[in-house]
Amino acid sequence: MGGRLEIDDLHVNFGQAVILQGVTLSLDRAPLSLVGRNGMGKSTLCHAIMGMVAAQKGSVTLDGRPLLGLGPSRVARGGIALVPQGRRMFPSLSVHEHLLLVAGRTKGAWTVERVYETFPRLAERRRNGGNQLSGGEQQMLAISRALLMNPRIVIMDEPSEGLAPVIVDHLIETLRAIAAEGMGVLLVEQNMRVATSVSDQVAIMVTGQIAATMPARDLEADRDAQRRYLGVSHGH
Amino acid sequence: MSLQFMITVTLNGLTLAALYFIVASGFSLIFGLMRTVNMAHGSLYMIGAYVGFAVFDSLYASNATADYAWYVGLLAGVAAAAVAGVVMQVVFLGWMQGQELRQALVTIGLSIIIADQLLAHFGGNPFQFFAPDALFGPTPVPVIGRYSTFRLFQIGLALAVGVGLWLLLNKTRLGIMVRAGVDDRQMLAACGVNVPLIAVATFALGAGLAGLGGVVGATAQPVALGVDVKFLLTSLVVVIVGGMGSIGGTAIGAILIGVAEQWGQALFPTYSVILTFAIMVAVLAVRPQGLLGRTGR
Ligand SMILES: Nc1ncnc2c1ncn2[C@@H]1O[C@H](COP(=O)(O)OP(=O)(O)OP(=O)(O)O)[C@@H](O)[C@H]1O
Ligand SMILES: [Mg+2]
Repeated sequence: MGGRLEIDDLHVNFGQAVILQGVTLSLDRAPLSLVGRNGMGKSTLCHAIMGMVAAQKGSVTLDGRPLLGLGPSRVARGGIALVPQGRRMFPSLSVHEHLLLVAGRTKGAWTVERVYETFPRLAERRRNGGNQLSGGEQQMLAISRALLMNPRIVIMDEPSEGLAPVIVDHLIETLRAIAAEGMGVLLVEQNMRVATSVSDQVAIMVTGQIAATMPARDLEADRDAQRRYLGVSHGH
Repeated sequence: MSLQFMITVTLNGLTLAALYFIVASGFSLIFGLMRTVNMAHGSLYMIGAYVGFAVFDSLYASNATADYAWYVGLLAGVAAAAVAGVVMQVVFLGWMQGQELRQALVTIGLSIIIADQLLAHFGGNPFQFFAPDALFGPTPVPVIGRYSTFRLFQIGLALAVGVGLWLLLNKTRLGIMVRAGVDDRQMLAACGVNVPLIAVATFALGAGLAGLGGVVGATAQPVALGVDVKFLLTSLVVVIVGGMGSIGGTAIGAILIGVAEQWGQALFPTYSVILTFAIMVAVLAVRPQGLLGRTGR
């Protein structure tokens, strides 16, 4: 498990709008957090890696294999799973069906049984629809859906968004456990507490570029850098 | 008005509704997953009828007692329509996914070409299948005495199609994928599912249902050129009334339209066509998404 994800000089435009302008980033064994203000292009980067939006220039490779142009299903089968921003549940599917959709297609540590052991809440709600869950339950399901693909790298786009603080604590535990097992984790976060609890390194995105990569502790301690890059005076 | 008359007219309506349901459920399935308004759906119905009949006719000509001719013709009609649907999706529609207007125009073009080709190859004479012995003649029915066996079979077949579709969509992995694709195609792809392949399978199924309708319809009544437009329009009306992409809605829409059409013909033949559209307008005015349709995506 785990893999080396290399993003090199990645450019993405939406028509006239330039969204990513030369993102270079690499992810290896250690989890990495990506932080940045609203609208800086974090989600666009996630989508470009997955092949959900087209890139104009640059490259994305997983263990040396190029991913750009493959399209999302082959990127996913190639070992990258996405927990998308806003969770994107399938309203027509029950909890259990969300898991069946992805289960069993890859060999690996994650099985439906293990998901239910890890998240007993989902087992209780297995017959409920994807949209009948609380935010925290939805996030667990979105994460489970990604884990069941037994990916080498899981990309999480703002998983803590809209969750109550206690749920966020649980989320942090989950993410740390996933990373500790050796799965690569690219964590997009606006919540500094989550970012710094999960990864030692933090990359900062500003207007479609990686402005800096630094130890999470340093960013945590540096109020000035936080204000400059994140527009916050305090990790919210 | 006698009770006998009322039951007969209603049964006729349900028979028609059964045929509409078989055809329109295919239309609805394709629309639900791909948002493709397949304006060639009536042509797929015709392909089923014509190709099925060509196979049936050659078997029947060689041995008129061959009871299997109808069943073989049925399979051939379904298969021909399914193959035609797959070709349409793979060659034309797949790569314009999401461009609904372009797809609608392309399928209109295809429907014109298909109609001309069928005319060129099979000629313009009306034709009709002979139902196999098991489905031929009348069956005793309480109150009204007797009723066409084939028409009763038609209702049973529609029920079987409805139950089959429900099982497929709700109890199989393919069904889970199709429903997930209706919700969010891109996220389905990001789950590692080959969405274009699912789309082709769905198109084959939807087109096959049109072909099934073609053979059944051409057994119940003679078929001639022009039925493609009739069945396209009916499918459109049925799914608009019932709600686009909902199988249950399609069933309700088909029953409403089929029964209304027969009662309209029985009571005021001259204006019966208007009734269908009056129902559509009324539903659109009150529930624009159709009776069982969901709003938005
Ligand atoms: N499909 C699209 N078409 C045009 N512009 C888009 C599209 N998707 C995103 N954008 C624009 O690209 C920019 C970056 O968006 P993106 O969602 O990547 O930001 P983000 O960093 O994830 O923000 P947030 O923290 O709010 O999620 C924004 O200005 C957004 O308006
Ligand atoms: Mg985002």
